[in-house]
Amino acid sequence: MAQKGEWALLHSVVLEAPQRAPQVPEDTHKVPLEMWVKGTLTAPARLGAKATVVTRTGRKVTGTLLEVNPRFSHDFGDFVPELLDIDDMLRAIVFGGDGK
Amino acid sequence: MKGVSYEAVMARKGEIMRSAVGMDYSLFESGSIAFDYEALMRAPGLTLEDVIRIQRNFSIGNTPLIELKNITELARKCAAPGKGARIFIKDEAANPSGSFKVRRAATSIYTAKKLGYKGVISATSGNYGAAVASVCAMAGLKCIVVQECYDSRGKGQPEIIEKARKCEALGAEVVQLSVGPELFYVFLRLLEDTGYFNASLYTAYGILGIETLGYEIAEQFRAREGKDPDMVVCTNAGGGNLTGTARGLKKAGCAAEVVAASVNLKGLHMASDAQFNKKSFTTGHTGFGMPFSTWPDRSDVPRSAARPLRYMDKYVTVNQGEVFYMTEALATLEGLEKGPAGNTSLAAAFSLAQKMDRDQCIVVQETEYTGAGKHLNPQLSFARKNGIDIRFGDPKEEVAGRNIILPKHPSLLQAREVDMAHLRASLIKNALQAHGGKYTEEDLAFLAEETKTDTEFVLRCIKEEQA
Repeated sequence: MAQKGEWALLHSVVLEAPQRAPQVPEDTHKVPLEMWVKGTLTAPARLGAKATVVTRTGRKVTGTLLEVNPRFSHDFGDFVPELLDIDDMLRAIVFGGDGK
Repeated sequence: MKGVSYEAVMARKGEIMRSAVGMDYSLFESGSIAFDYEALMRAPGLTLEDVIRIQRNFSIGNTPLIELKNITELARKCAAPGKGARIFIKDEAANPSGSFKVRRAATSIYTAKKLGYKGVISATSGNYGAAVASVCAMAGLKCIVVQECYDSRGKGQPEIIEKARKCEALGAEVVQLSVGPELFYVFLRLLEDTGYFNASLYTAYGILGIETLGYEIAEQFRAREGKDPDMVVCTNAGGGNLTGTARGLKKAGCAAEVVAASVNLKGLHMASDAQFNKKSFTTGHTGFGMPFSTWPDRSDVPRSAARPLRYMDKYVTVNQGEVFYMTEALATLEGLEKGPAGNTSLAAAFSLAQKMDRDQCIVVQETEYTGAGKHLNPQLSFARKNGIDIRFGDPKEEVAGRNIILPKHPSLLQAREVDMAHLRASLIKNALQAHGGKYTEEDLAFLAEETKTDTEFVLRCIKEEQA
């Protein structure tokens, strides 16, 4: 159970698939327009249930509670070995030798 | 009670925008195709000196101009004897928010505060979000950034997620959406609900903010080299970067050739859910660059102040693999680790320099910050996970959305020229179509200015179109 005042991530659907703009491509037209907003919970709530938050600008937003204290998990990804090959290639051309 | 359906809100677009940008655009209209562009640019009442002062107050600008000696050397090794211009880069990543976009934000937020708005909203998945958030933090205004971020599987572009993190770190509220142009609908509803200022990328405030970049390039280059640069290369998406830079160069009396560069994403639909994560560049690409050049008024304000075909001498495209390659070159040969998207113009300059003489000089007018998500390794890794084939080869083999070809030798990196006459004709065609094919004498002169041509060229295009 998430507590009132905790920082949380909510999800909601803004437009269901049939309500989408006429100009969107076919694949996009088949899926809803979704929204993710963060804020502090106005009351205790369960994950997956309806909840309301107050955002950093003071707006009240309602949606489904996805996560409490949501983390950023983006990183530097899996190593891309080709980058070392680029380094060797370029250093060899500019500075001579085999680039190492 | 006002309706909140998509149709109802879109129908109120004009009214919502008028109150959210603090400017009455009808003052500049002629009633037909033409409008008074220079009057629009004068409307904020800010001189170049005013803008410089505003930006200095936010510690923006005066970024270093760095000569890329080893990359120049590499270009010379790939070029014909006697060829290979010196390449310089303007390190705009040194600005408070990590990109040139903060110049654009400064004038908007200064104006918002002066006009009494309590907060600002910006619709952007790019560096502009962090720029607006940064200046709002300094100005004590509230800030909402609306991003297109995820596909329908909930997969987000690592670069956009990093930008969301940065916006939040600078105190902004971030509203994230799945793929689709209805972002504009959400944006309008937020403007209406909050009464905040629209820190659009396309107002006169924003473009006046970038003029200082062009002006600074001319001043710094002259102080350092005692002459003007021969060419300035600008990464081109919505057109504001090029427009503002070129106007600034002009104000400094600098006649450098102005070249636009975009990442070639031909074949990928920008509003497609399935193709959203097939691209590795979320801005600086042809998916924005082409439509915004040939029809600037598709933006979120009635008349865009970003009108790149007025100033563009040449437009080149480079492939994703080529930009990643030059991003790595910048790190390994120059010791500068920067974000890939801003290096679009660097990749173009590397190729263009090889056609120029050794005593000539090119300025690449931006760098952008890098970090988790917004770095070539995570972006290539993300592409690989999305089934994109990444390998060494001839960049000519690259097909956006299918593969990323890293040049197997730097000499294979080639900026490809876009047919300017075709772009200009498209703009004229689009303008005519928007006004039912009718035009006045004044419109002809306007379209000549819009396309940096003459009325003869405009008339020829109209004739061909109406034939």
